[in-house]
Amino acid sequence: MLAFGRQLLAIGDIVPDQDRAFVVFDGVQKSYDGETLVVKNLNLEIARGEFLTMLGPSGSGKTTCLMMLAGFEVATHGQINLGGRPINNIPPHKRGIGMVFQNYALFPHMTVAENLAFPLQVRRMSRAEVDGKVQRALDMVQMGGTEFAGRRPAQLSGGQQQRVALARALVFEPDLVLMDEPLGALDKQLREHMQYEIKHLHERLGVTVVYVTHDQSEALTMSDRIAVFNDGVIQQLATPEDLYERPENAFVAQFIGENNKLDGMVTAFADKEARVHLDGAEEIGALAVNCRGVGFPTMLSIRPERVLIAEPSAPNQLQGRVVELIYLGDHIRCRMEVAGRDDFIVKIPNSAKHSMLRVGETTPIGWLTNDCRALDAA
Amino acid sequence: MANGENVPGPILAADGRPLRQSLARALRLQKLRALMLIAPLLIFILVTFAAPIADMLFRSVENAIVPDTLPLTVAALEDWDDASGQPPGEKVFAALRRDLLAAVAAKAHTKLGSRLNYEQTGVASLLRKTGRRVKRMEEDGDLAAQFAEVHKSWADPETWATIKRFSSAYTSGYFLNAVDAKLGATGIEARPENERIYIFLFERTLLLSVVITVACLLIGYPVAFLLATLPMRTSNMLMILVLLPFWTSLLVRTSAWKVLLQQQGVINDTLVFIGLVADDGRLAMINNQTGTIIAMTHILLPFMILPLYSVMRTIPPSYMRAAKSLGATDWTAFWRVYFPQSVPGIGAGAILVFILSIGYYITPELVGGTSGTFISNRIAYHISSSLNWGLAAALGVILLVVVLVLYWLYDRIIGIDNVKLG
Repeated sequence: MLAFGRQLLAIGDIVPDQDRAFVVFDGVQKSYDGETLVVKNLNLEIARGEFLTMLGPSGSGKTTCLMMLAGFEVATHGQINLGGRPINNIPPHKRGIGMVFQNYALFPHMTVAENLAFPLQVRRMSRAEVDGKVQRALDMVQMGGTEFAGRRPAQLSGGQQQRVALARALVFEPDLVLMDEPLGALDKQLREHMQYEIKHLHERLGVTVVYVTHDQSEALTMSDRIAVFNDGVIQQLATPEDLYERPENAFVAQFIGENNKLDGMVTAFADKEARVHLDGAEEIGALAVNCRGVGFPTMLSIRPERVLIAEPSAPNQLQGRVVELIYLGDHIRCRMEVAGRDDFIVKIPNSAKHSMLRVGETTPIGWLTNDCRALDAA
Repeated sequence: MANGENVPGPILAADGRPLRQSLARALRLQKLRALMLIAPLLIFILVTFAAPIADMLFRSVENAIVPDTLPLTVAALEDWDDASGQPPGEKVFAALRRDLLAAVAAKAHTKLGSRLNYEQTGVASLLRKTGRRVKRMEEDGDLAAQFAEVHKSWADPETWATIKRFSSAYTSGYFLNAVDAKLGATGIEARPENERIYIFLFERTLLLSVVITVACLLIGYPVAFLLATLPMRTSNMLMILVLLPFWTSLLVRTSAWKVLLQQQGVINDTLVFIGLVADDGRLAMINNQTGTIIAMTHILLPFMILPLYSVMRTIPPSYMRAAKSLGATDWTAFWRVYFPQSVPGIGAGAILVFILSIGYYITPELVGGTSGTFISNRIAYHISSSLNWGLAAALGVILLVVVLVLYWLYDRIIGIDNVKLG
């Protein structure tokens, strides 16, 4: 009776559930050698139409997750669902997932048009249908010119190959597209340009994208949500804004953007605010995010651009001695010695109202309590 | 525009010389130095490899022995019409007597005899016999009759026709012989059917080489694929197994096949033991074509696997993955994406195995019996047993030309640039 009831409930929820959880990793583990886990108990739901990025250092398990989703690796434990049905035992070619590879993997012995026609031909589409779809896909990535279709991949520039690879992954209209560091081989300027292009393509087509990268700015630029991987575990799954503004642990704070850390001991704890005794003998307030309680060590995290210089209104005041100044045009990067650490970075906007600092000078610095997050001691 | 910098013509260097010339001069020293470095090897190869081969190949047309041994006879025979049906006149016999006297003194008449014997059987003994008795001939008597008395062949116009036909310093006789033809009284004619052997041997050599190449490809391709795709440690182990035959003597490997394949051998014994073959119906797997194919496929297999492997190693696994992610089954992904990229390796391996097997000698000699021998065995026979070096050289030239033509055809059809050895 109880089981029946649960089933009814599931049926009632089925349509929104499928959209909210288009891709589901349920307790997935992966081990290559039977001794260490590369992916440890992964639980992740990806909504239909979402752009989700798996971000992390190399060896963090993000690519393995992507390969398991594509079907090239088998999960050691757990289940992966796509559109509501388990795909663990479905071979890659039946999953209907588009994929863009790190080095594009364009077939070198085929022309651009043949590369694009390949997924359509194996689906036994008619010739006219294939030609039409190939042309539309090439138009979509601004490679519709007649001079491109007959070329071999080796005759294209890196950016053009990237576009063709993208078009090939999309030409058979998959619901889900996986991208494994697709922009890694491009130079910086082209990479940034392609980031916007992929983002706009995603918005236009409404396709679900799972993107793997180790480049945090790429992840921040493109994603709806970012899953930060480290050591086979998702450290934090959040929107780019949340990830940057509200990191939940020391790893995320360090990995995303630049970050100052100060070590201390929690001395008091009240209403989300912790009083922290720094090693340098000062005591300041911080937003308690992930510290265990009074008497435990904690790591304070403050973004360099959130540090206020010579602002008496700031609630938390410390003395900092300027060690190094680097002029970067739009801002000045100032390395200071604060609370016994000499790697404290402050970004000072290059605006008229800021007075120039000099090396060796001691100046009061401060920040808002909300900008200083007390995290687990790494 | 006014200073005339765009005047067409060669670009000049700073000293007014054409730039091309200056560059050549600057590079000459460099080239000379490079040449000096390879000079020892170059000279070694020329002296020990290129020159002997060229000399050997030249023997296929060389025929100086006839005009050198019988200079007067050859000159005298020019007036004789070999279609007349009559032996030549007294003048020719007088010339022959003087030539033979000189030849007997120099002991050259037997060599001439064996040369002409290739063209007409019996000439060798004719010349030996005549050589013994020519001293006793009377110069003023009827020489034609005296020669005919020594041997009746001297009265036969056919003997004289043969001498006249092969009297020039160069001959096509060896080549005609090598393609089962001869220069008869009326021009080039085919040999009688029971004397034909070489065309058949060439055909068999080519056919068996193709069979061996295909067998090597069929067996070698999956092995090379495994080598290229297995993890490092396993593939290294497999590679050692592939290379193992290289570390064993060719003779030992061939002899091992003799042990395995002979009628009282391991395989036949096993088949009889498990009852697949009756004791009186043991399979003949050696001393015939089967033996040659099996043993040579085994011996040449590494030459197919290694080029294939070196090409397959450069095909990233992401291509197969990409094909599968695009909806191709394993077979389609292999056939349409992997296989076309491995073709350069197939080309290199196939050329290597085919060219090696077309000239193979030891293995067909040991396990080929009579039905599994190659043209190279016949060449070796003429070099070391029959001592007909001219014919051996002609066969060698034809073999070389066949290989070069096939190579050229391959280049035309597939393109030699598509061949990769590593």
